[in-house]
Amino acid sequence: MPEPTWTEATVAVKKTVPDGLWTQCPECEETIFRKSLEANLMVCPKCDHHLRISARRRIEQLLDPGTFEPLDADMSPMDPLGFVDQKPYIDRLRETQRKSGEIDGVQTGTGFIKGRKLVVGVMDFTFMAGSMGSVVGERLTRCIEHATDHSLPLVIVSCSGGARMQESGFSLMQMAKTSAALARFDDSGGLYISVLADPTTGGVTASYAMLGDVIFAEPKALIGFAGPRVIQQTIRQALPEGFQTAEFLEKAGFVDRIVHRSALRTEISRIIDYSGK
Amino acid sequence: MSAVQILDFEQPIAEIERQISVLEGRPDASAIADEIRTLHETRSSLLSKTYGSLTPWQTVRVARHPQRPQTLDYVQMICRDWCELHGDRRHGDDPAIVTGFGRIGSIKCLVVGHQKGRDTKERLACHFGCAHPEGYRKALLKMKLAEKFRLPIVTLIDTPGAYPGIGAEQRGQAESIAVNLREMSRLRVPVICIVIGEGGSGGALGIGVGDRVAMLQNSWYSVISPEGCAAILWKEANEKTNNLAANALSLTATHNLRNGLIDDVIPEPVGGAHRNPKAMAEAIQHYVVDRVRELQRIDPDTLVRKRYEKFRAIASVK
Repeated sequence: MPEPTWTEATVAVKKTVPDGLWTQCPECEETIFRKSLEANLMVCPKCDHHLRISARRRIEQLLDPGTFEPLDADMSPMDPLGFVDQKPYIDRLRETQRKSGEIDGVQTGTGFIKGRKLVVGVMDFTFMAGSMGSVVGERLTRCIEHATDHSLPLVIVSCSGGARMQESGFSLMQMAKTSAALARFDDSGGLYISVLADPTTGGVTASYAMLGDVIFAEPKALIGFAGPRVIQQTIRQALPEGFQTAEFLEKAGFVDRIVHRSALRTEISRIIDYSGK
Repeated sequence: MSAVQILDFEQPIAEIERQISVLEGRPDASAIADEIRTLHETRSSLLSKTYGSLTPWQTVRVARHPQRPQTLDYVQMICRDWCELHGDRRHGDDPAIVTGFGRIGSIKCLVVGHQKGRDTKERLACHFGCAHPEGYRKALLKMKLAEKFRLPIVTLIDTPGAYPGIGAEQRGQAESIAVNLREMSRLRVPVICIVIGEGGSGGALGIGVGDRVAMLQNSWYSVISPEGCAAILWKEANEKTNNLAANALSLTATHNLRNGLIDDVIPEPVGGAHRNPKAMAEAIQHYVVDRVRELQRIDPDTLVRKRYEKFRAIASVK
């Protein structure tokens, strides 16, 4: 039997794996009725923990209903280096595509927030830990260029473990490419709001995530360049309480506002209005 | 020059060198000149053969050789009238990134480069070439100054990666690199970037956005070090997995050139840059002078557009 394409796989996944009725909060371990968790934007009603969400769910939450129009939705990853670790990259990709029903780790497109048209890029942590390879870099660059060409505000929601190792130098260069595209967008006077969700680390933080004209972060999100484990191994001492959280970054001066998921649409709209875009 | 430190895979070469020195030390050395000459020839051909077929992991070892020339060595060898500039005017002066004006051949330019440190004290001060945010901010501040003076910029990349520490995170390591990537992409003067040793991830790219990006033959450039990659993907970094990771990452100059991620490879003297720093410095000087002359003929708008298009084209998608 031929391998199912990703779209067929999506359908298969949706048919065979119904959502669980209950979800346990990874923070306070409270068992929550799935429907009420979803109604609460996947924020724990008991402890206010912001659970990680897929790019599609984020878009649903963020945009006015039915306004999302995807850009470059068919772009798919390749294996430029023939990368093999304990498993070939190409197999990892196929497996993740099948499980997630997505082609790669980002969704981009246009849509409206409270009636304001904008371009959005949303990273998907559920796809290979939201790692940035060529597809993520290329789709984001195209959406930045789209915002530049059409003079639209740009919102990128980041959540990523960093650059994708399996594409090595190609991944690394996506940092330069996206940042260069943002330079042009900046030259054109565009507004870029960067939203940092849990977790935002590595090469993603060290490129577009930190380049917002305005930077929002979700409460308690882990945000940093080096991962806490690497830092601990290097300095061999305990990390301070709350290190690399959104609150830590706000205090250090690198995040403009910590925004609760329920306020994100309002806060984005306010900035767009202030910017006059 | 002090004795060259031998890497494990160079043992056969070291053995021949030992024999040569024993024979040359004998009172009847002149009588056995033929034998000595043959040994010298064997040594040369073995050295070329070894360095002509280094594995990726061996290349990484050469790139990290303790005697490999660093930014300040090259500055000393190729820059006249060196005028170092310190500090980021915000937090401090990071010795892991050196910046200053100098004259290379007939060209006045700004040199920016990672410095790992020569002795233990300097290495500790430089955090072994791992820069802090103030290093990246110093680099950008001086690059903006060069832009104002219409001077070309030469960056020498040699870092295992940006420093992973509490202060670095607190002072915005990620932000400092991100801003450099954005700002370097729109500098209106020629920018030449050369990986002279280690090109470790974002810490390397943070001074690596240029019109021409080159690598020395035995340097490496990748999204992560082989050990870092091995620890994550093979769950353990050891000699075997480091080898596998170095292969998988396509981190050598040849691989990066073939993948279109860099523009040029600068050949090294036989046996690596550390065996003949002067010849290496001359090759770098030639490269810089040639490329800067070429780029200085291009008007700033076109220069910036072409730089954008160069990085814009990097993708492996369908």
